[in-house]
Amino acid sequence: MKYYDKLIFDLSKEGRQGYSLPANRWTATVSELPESLRRSCEPVLPQVSELDVVRHYTNLSQMNFGVDSGFYPLGSCTMKYNPKINEEIAAMPAFAGLHPLQPASTVQGALRLYKDLSHALSAITGMAEFTLDPFAGAHGELTGLMVIRQYHISRGDLKRTRIIVPDSAHGTNPASAAVCGLEIVQVKSNAMGLVDVEDLKPLLDDTIAGIMMTNPNTLGLFEKDIKEIAALVHACGGLLYYDGANMNPLMGVVRPGDMGFDVLHLNLHKTFSTPHGGGGPGAGPVGVAAHLASHLPVPKVVEAEDGTLYVADGTCRCAVSEEGSGAFGPACGCAPECMCGCQSCGQISGFMGNFGVLLRAYTYILMLGKQNLKMVGPLAVLGANYIKESLKDCYRLPIPTVCKHEFVFDGLADQSTGVTTLDIAKRLLDYGFHAPTIYFPLLFHQSIMIEPTETESKETLDGFIEIMKHIAAEALSDPDSLKTAPHTTPVRRLDETTAARQPVLKFSDLS
Amino acid sequence: MAKTVEGLYYSESHEWVKVEGNVAIVGITDFAQHAMGDLSYVDMPEVDDELEKGEEFGAVESVKAASDLFCPVSGTVVEINEELEDAPELLNVDAFANWIMKVEMSDPSELESLMDAAAYEAMCANE
Repeated sequence: MKYYDKLIFDLSKEGRQGYSLPANRWTATVSELPESLRRSCEPVLPQVSELDVVRHYTNLSQMNFGVDSGFYPLGSCTMKYNPKINEEIAAMPAFAGLHPLQPASTVQGALRLYKDLSHALSAITGMAEFTLDPFAGAHGELTGLMVIRQYHISRGDLKRTRIIVPDSAHGTNPASAAVCGLEIVQVKSNAMGLVDVEDLKPLLDDTIAGIMMTNPNTLGLFEKDIKEIAALVHACGGLLYYDGANMNPLMGVVRPGDMGFDVLHLNLHKTFSTPHGGGGPGAGPVGVAAHLASHLPVPKVVEAEDGTLYVADGTCRCAVSEEGSGAFGPACGCAPECMCGCQSCGQISGFMGNFGVLLRAYTYILMLGKQNLKMVGPLAVLGANYIKESLKDCYRLPIPTVCKHEFVFDGLADQSTGVTTLDIAKRLLDYGFHAPTIYFPLLFHQSIMIEPTETESKETLDGFIEIMKHIAAEALSDPDSLKTAPHTTPVRRLDETTAARQPVLKFSDLS
Repeated sequence: MAKTVEGLYYSESHEWVKVEGNVAIVGITDFAQHAMGDLSYVDMPEVDDELEKGEEFGAVESVKAASDLFCPVSGTVVEINEELEDAPELLNVDAFANWIMKVEMSDPSELESLMDAAAYEAMCANE
């Protein structure tokens, strides 16, 4: 890998430019801005040629590591290969050229696709209705919790302000619940890494809004007591939220709706092969059981009696006049079950989600088809168990049962030389692999969380297993080579602590 | 092996308590700082905050994790260690020499529910 560490500001030369802009005809408006909003000096922008820009970003892209360049067993992230046809379809001008403010009559095809994708996700998950509006997994969590809250409010059940979250949960679960204004109650895992039903029972009362779970959980273990947990939570009047981050191993095999879950979100970038963020556009569709459907967010796509599709914005359409009552929410007097949009939990995105991302997921589902979608989970589970069984003599396996799509080691089997999980992760980089997720879940001190996904060949898995064994041997014979790893990457071990304690966030602060 | 100090009280959530009169001096244990790794931030309560035993009073953050702090005894915060605001690494250097807060106890009998050094060491050995 060629070393390249320049910032675009390093390339800047006074007066150099790639394009000439036309003269600014709007200078008169500056004086109309309040003094407090005007710049006191010119913005500091890099001054570079087009070639400078092209070389800069091409060089940076070559320092990157992605699924397209190598194996990426990052646990909990489902780094499967994203088929290139997804990009081709999303780039089609008929889709890419759409504008969110176009009249519904001119985008019937896009609205139909929105409906069809919702139906496909309903079939896969066993949920009655979907919104595709949320922009990411955690945004989906917040949306789902808002639906749960709206459900309780619509029934006048205002005491339910607490939500149960297992100690093995993804960190976003308690975070989303806190943003939604709910109080978090933790439930412990038992020795087998599963939710402890006995620990759960005393927590259930009429203040519980629901429980958030992911199944399989973050240890890659199937919560086998889920039916009993669902019955207990429902009996106390609470709802079950399913964190779809770990949906991949279940797709086409088991449906969260059938397990008793009332609300779920899906991470399209994990299970349905859309691009993994980097903070970029994402999608976290939320599915709900029939009794919650009226509380899904607006805007939403609704089918009129004549088969045309329109976008409901939450304004009640049920009242006698042609435009509806114009009231928003329960004020219009409709029943909590009314599906016109007036019972919605509110609006959570400007328009209807990231349509380009939805297109990619839809393409993935159609390209695989029903039979192949059913192969995804079993292959992902097979790959994870193959790695786990192959490495369990070299790495400490705290819970030795069959896993689903991922599993967790607790560091090396022999930790006598002081080699840590961080050292192992760094050393993997030297051998051309992305590191697994480390130090999560927090249940163990040296967690290494490995998820191979279904798209990797046996040869790739064997290559990874061989290197992991080699690293375990190195940890005993030459521990220093691990403690100072990586050695072959463009930058060596980074000082993450100083970066966190004394962050340098601006180019002008670099010296 | 993480060290402990005799004569202190210890909680299951890895805080230590040193008693001076009616004031409980609270910090995190050497085991806790070691498990967290290099600390980058300590979130502390404010003076005059009233805390219940078991209530969250702050958090410690490192490069690899964040962990809540739980108050080992009920009472009122009378002082916080402001040095930690700019130098959280002091907890890594010596977790027992660098306290986080001082609490005027409202019910000193709660101390009886905490562990001594030997019991705490035994608990850590099982973690």
